[in-house]
Amino acid sequence: MMQSLSGFIAGFWQFIASLWPEPLRLVLFLGGIMAFVGLNAAYLVWVERKGAARFQRRPGPTEVGYAGLLQPIADAVKLLTKQLIVPAGVDATLFRAAPLMVMAPALMSLAVIPFSDVLSARNINVGLLMIFAFGSINVMALMLGGWSSRNKYAIISAARIVSQNVAYEIPMLLVVITMVMVTGTMNLSDIVKAQAGPFWHWNLFKVWVNPLMPVTFLIFYICMLAETNRAPFDMAEAESELVAGAYTEYSGMGFGVFFMAEYANILLGCSLATVLFLGGWQSPIGIWSGVVWFLLKLYFLVFSVVWIRWTFPRTQFYGLLNLSWKILIPVSLFTLILSSAMLKLIKPFAA
Amino acid sequence: MTEKADFLTGDVAAGQPPRETFVLNLGPQHPATHGVLRVKMTMDGEYIVRAEPVCGYIHRMQEKMGENRTYAQFLPNTSRIDYLSAMTYTHAFVGAVERAAKIPVPPRAEYIRVITSELNRISSHLVWWGAFLLDLGGFTPLLYAFDDREKILDLLEAITGARLTYCYYRFGGLCNDVDDSFIKGTREFVAHMRPRLKMYRGLVTENIIFRKRLEGIGPISQEMCRKYGATGPVIRGSGVSYDVRRVEPYSAYPEFDFEIPTFPGGDSMARYLVRMEEMVQSLRIIEQALDKLPAGPVMADKVPRVLKLPAGDYCYAVEAARGRFAVRIVSDNKEIPYRVKLRTPSLSNLSLFEEASKGMLLPDALALMGSLDLVIPDIDR
Repeated sequence: MMQSLSGFIAGFWQFIASLWPEPLRLVLFLGGIMAFVGLNAAYLVWVERKGAARFQRRPGPTEVGYAGLLQPIADAVKLLTKQLIVPAGVDATLFRAAPLMVMAPALMSLAVIPFSDVLSARNINVGLLMIFAFGSINVMALMLGGWSSRNKYAIISAARIVSQNVAYEIPMLLVVITMVMVTGTMNLSDIVKAQAGPFWHWNLFKVWVNPLMPVTFLIFYICMLAETNRAPFDMAEAESELVAGAYTEYSGMGFGVFFMAEYANILLGCSLATVLFLGGWQSPIGIWSGVVWFLLKLYFLVFSVVWIRWTFPRTQFYGLLNLSWKILIPVSLFTLILSSAMLKLIKPFAA
Repeated sequence: MTEKADFLTGDVAAGQPPRETFVLNLGPQHPATHGVLRVKMTMDGEYIVRAEPVCGYIHRMQEKMGENRTYAQFLPNTSRIDYLSAMTYTHAFVGAVERAAKIPVPPRAEYIRVITSELNRISSHLVWWGAFLLDLGGFTPLLYAFDDREKILDLLEAITGARLTYCYYRFGGLCNDVDDSFIKGTREFVAHMRPRLKMYRGLVTENIIFRKRLEGIGPISQEMCRKYGATGPVIRGSGVSYDVRRVEPYSAYPEFDFEIPTFPGGDSMARYLVRMEEMVQSLRIIEQALDKLPAGPVMADKVPRVLKLPAGDYCYAVEAARGRFAVRIVSDNKEIPYRVKLRTPSLSNLSLFEEASKGMLLPDALALMGSLDLVIPDIDR
């Protein structure tokens, strides 16, 4: 049935492609991405609240709609109707621009994520590079938000965000370089295609290419948590220390967009982990590959992120930096060197 | 501690005062202060140069109130000073009056006082445990702690009629006797709580992130404790085995076998472990008291309706959840005391914050503040 579904989608897509020229296809897909991110950002909040409630042995939202399913909509209406207060003396332009600058890169980056072999807004050769280029803007925007708020807590938070993201971008990029070397491409669709077959063909389990592959995945996952400012690395929004960190002065939808961007970034990070390590849309049994598998893996990772947040306390800031500079960077450098050595030594014999 | 030195700014690392500082006004409304405590922090980046607690935002003149009403009228006030350990606070006031008026308390009443005080201590420590983890960014333990605390509150509500600000102890005994359902419920609670504490150990105490945040952080020396008069888990976390239940025995405590948990570390972890171990010891005391609970009345006969304490100076100290709480009554043989002095542990414990937090990182200092277990109305009175 899944095969017929993806067959249907492929057929439908070809039909549309034959009818409409390229610009229309782009509009359709980018609109789709925006809707996907918006819907996910709203409903991941619901998942987070319900999940947190389950971990804490309470029911969570129940009042608005069945099992609180309309809660995100109620929240959105509330945030949209609230005034966006711009405090006196702040740099109003930057203050207003920061939320948009956080949200836009996450949306743009998702355009290159291949949801299945046909479901991808843009299939460009340097997709991976593009995601990391946009990822850096995200940091800058959070810093601007904190800095322009004219609030001491927000400034401390902005300083933390910068040093945290610099520290974690390095091991993440080293890991990604390893993956690019192993797969030989920066095109995300090709990376997934290289993992075709049953689950032991996924990069996560390719221990014959690099015995440290699971470690690489772990490093990527930790860096992903840190880059998205999620617990236990939520230094930027440490509410028991910095009230709400960089978001302290934001109200109404200014805060709402920051909040949505957090979930959009989680979605992006988990999508990337799925593509790089878990075989994207490939099914674990080798047949019936399709978008369903991608979404299953994606939401499993998203759930694990929620799970971790409600289980662990926050790390200490120097602990966070020590973890990156003293453990993650050396280990990821080692895996990089090891896999390049193995590629040099094994590939000639295998070919 | 050596790890931290890598991140010090140049001036501080060289032993010089920092050239550029800013003042961070933490509170009176801040998530970490759990109430209306204000701390004026002079910061060098994220390092604290000076942290100056500003008290008085919830000053209610409890001592003055004690000086213009009768003893019975002031009794309910004592349970509102530290709302988390109301039982022990009323115990101190009731004890001071009983000591002055030489009212003999029946043994059954003393035993029930011990049981309810220890239950109250556990519930207070559970709130602290949850709130402390909230300070460290762990949200879930709070709900687990409140789940267990709920059981204690239900038990105490059944006999006292109140869930938080009990006024159960009276001059000469208790207002009600306990029933069989309370005794049965308490036994069930003790059986329920032991595995829960074991689970907490696995869930939180042995968590690597948690340990890294507390071990070696916020050391408080014995000298500092003595200098500021810190008591309770704070001084026991510095290796001094000072517990009012042992050094100035009161009520029925000498009849029970229990240990005073002390940890020599002096860091936040030591104070954490002291409280966790105290809950175990409280369970032991409750179990023994339930086993040995004597029959008899719970109220002394012939307690005068109008209390006039003979002229003199009386003091009674108890070990509250946060440390030594002492009530001093100066009477001039009238219905209304001449002077009521309330020695609350939180004020002394807060006083050392300024010295202890010098040179610490903001999150570490807030962890230190959490490990002091401050109740703000208890500071201001």
